[in-house]
Amino acid sequence: MENLECEKDIVKVKDLHFSYPDAHVALRGVSFHLCAGDKVALVGPNGAGKSTLMLQLNGILQGRGEIEIGGMRLTRDNLPLIRAMVGLVFQNPDDQLFSPTVFEDVAFGPLHMGLPEEEVIARVASALEAVRMTSYRDRLSHHLSVGEKKRIAIATVLSMNPSILILDEPSAGLDPRARRTLINLLRDLPITMLISTHDMRMVQELFPRTIVMDNGQVVADGMTKEILDDEKLLNEHGLEKP
Amino acid sequence: MHSDAFDRYHHGHSLIHHLDPRIKVVVTIAFIISNAFLPDGAWIAFALAWAFVLFANALSGLGIGFTFRRSFIALPFALAAITVLFSIPGEPVASFRFMMGDLTITDAGLLRFVSIVIRSWLSVQMAILLVAATEFPKIVHALNHLRIPTIITVIISFLYRYLFVLADEVLRLLRARQARSAAAAGKNPGGNVLWRARIAGHMAGQLFLRSYERSDRIYNAMLSRGYKGELMTIHPHHFHTSDLWIGALSILGLIIMQIVGRL
Repeated sequence: MENLECEKDIVKVKDLHFSYPDAHVALRGVSFHLCAGDKVALVGPNGAGKSTLMLQLNGILQGRGEIEIGGMRLTRDNLPLIRAMVGLVFQNPDDQLFSPTVFEDVAFGPLHMGLPEEEVIARVASALEAVRMTSYRDRLSHHLSVGEKKRIAIATVLSMNPSILILDEPSAGLDPRARRTLINLLRDLPITMLISTHDMRMVQELFPRTIVMDNGQVVADGMTKEILDDEKLLNEHGLEKP
Repeated sequence: MHSDAFDRYHHGHSLIHHLDPRIKVVVTIAFIISNAFLPDGAWIAFALAWAFVLFANALSGLGIGFTFRRSFIALPFALAAITVLFSIPGEPVASFRFMMGDLTITDAGLLRFVSIVIRSWLSVQMAILLVAATEFPKIVHALNHLRIPTIITVIISFLYRYLFVLADEVLRLLRARQARSAAAAGKNPGGNVLWRARIAGHMAGQLFLRSYERSDRIYNAMLSRGYKGELMTIHPHHFHTSDLWIGALSILGLIIMQIVGRL
């Protein structure tokens, strides 16, 4: 597949290897790059290494290889800066939303970045506005529906003003209306995105570019349309044309 | 599927609901301490304390008998004090044989026991009212403001948050077991006790593993958002002068109770 060139790479990953402590090899030499403003889908079968890769991008897991975010090499020293730039939203919103109230959860990131209180409050307001959940500010997280939790989970990283948004299976487990709301939301957010998903219809609709992973490697990287037309490729890696 | 079994908050717009949570926590704790310090048999002071509880109930708009109805769940804990019935020297009131010894209830023991039960029963009612009229996160904030160590308030708030998630998990496990607890025609279903105990044990183990893995994921989510080992929160509370007045009046009431109890 052709490599998509651009002027300013916001994410560069070069030859990334990673194995878990139990010797399970999750990444075998992953390389790719993202342009600023790209909306990219990350697809592949379960166990392909998608989630592992995402956890590498803000240094939660650290493997062998090179990662550059916004021109900064990911090292132990600049982890806090990188984590402010990379907004990572986990698959299960119950893991992401750990504070008792919505407000506290959305304020968590900006507070830990050391911002002053007025700024934190302003950022919470605009993040909730962005996911259209302003009226949920004082609600308790455990009283929300899954769809609402997912949107709040996105707000919890938007409040950190990240340069790139990374979501792990955002549309999984949503009913059609909640899924539609989420898709519209992702479409309207003017921010670089890397989104892992099995929802091929969403991929087709939302993401101009797709990266296919299997067995710890990037097996295809290119225009979504071309990848979705390549039935042999899709079949080989357990994917389906929408 | 959703478990709200632990949420004791009753929404409302009463004076008590809108009172600053710090004042509520302080008055509740002061009330409990004051009860503990009332002498045995200070009946008038006990009556005053009960009036205090009833008054707070009435102000909360939850109904004057709100905490009374819910207070009995704490009574079994008063059984821990049952030994004082027999162990304090005094005039015998009653005597009976229990297992292999004679037990004698003394008047001093009875007085102490009844006083302990009343004290704990009054204290529990106030605590029930606090939880019913204050959203849980606000109680935790109040504890923060009152300089309770962060590690404790953080544990409390995580406990509160994940109790619900855990209860949902248990519910799902139980339902999954129920759904497969079928019987073949003509067979005695259910297996033997040992086998069932083993299944229950596996379920407890499952629950532990799931919680353990979840804690890992939560920690990762915290790290992703800049957590560096110290938890930061903001919770702006606005002190009204009226809150202070209510707090001061309540404390004054407690002092009067103490004086009456010692007359």
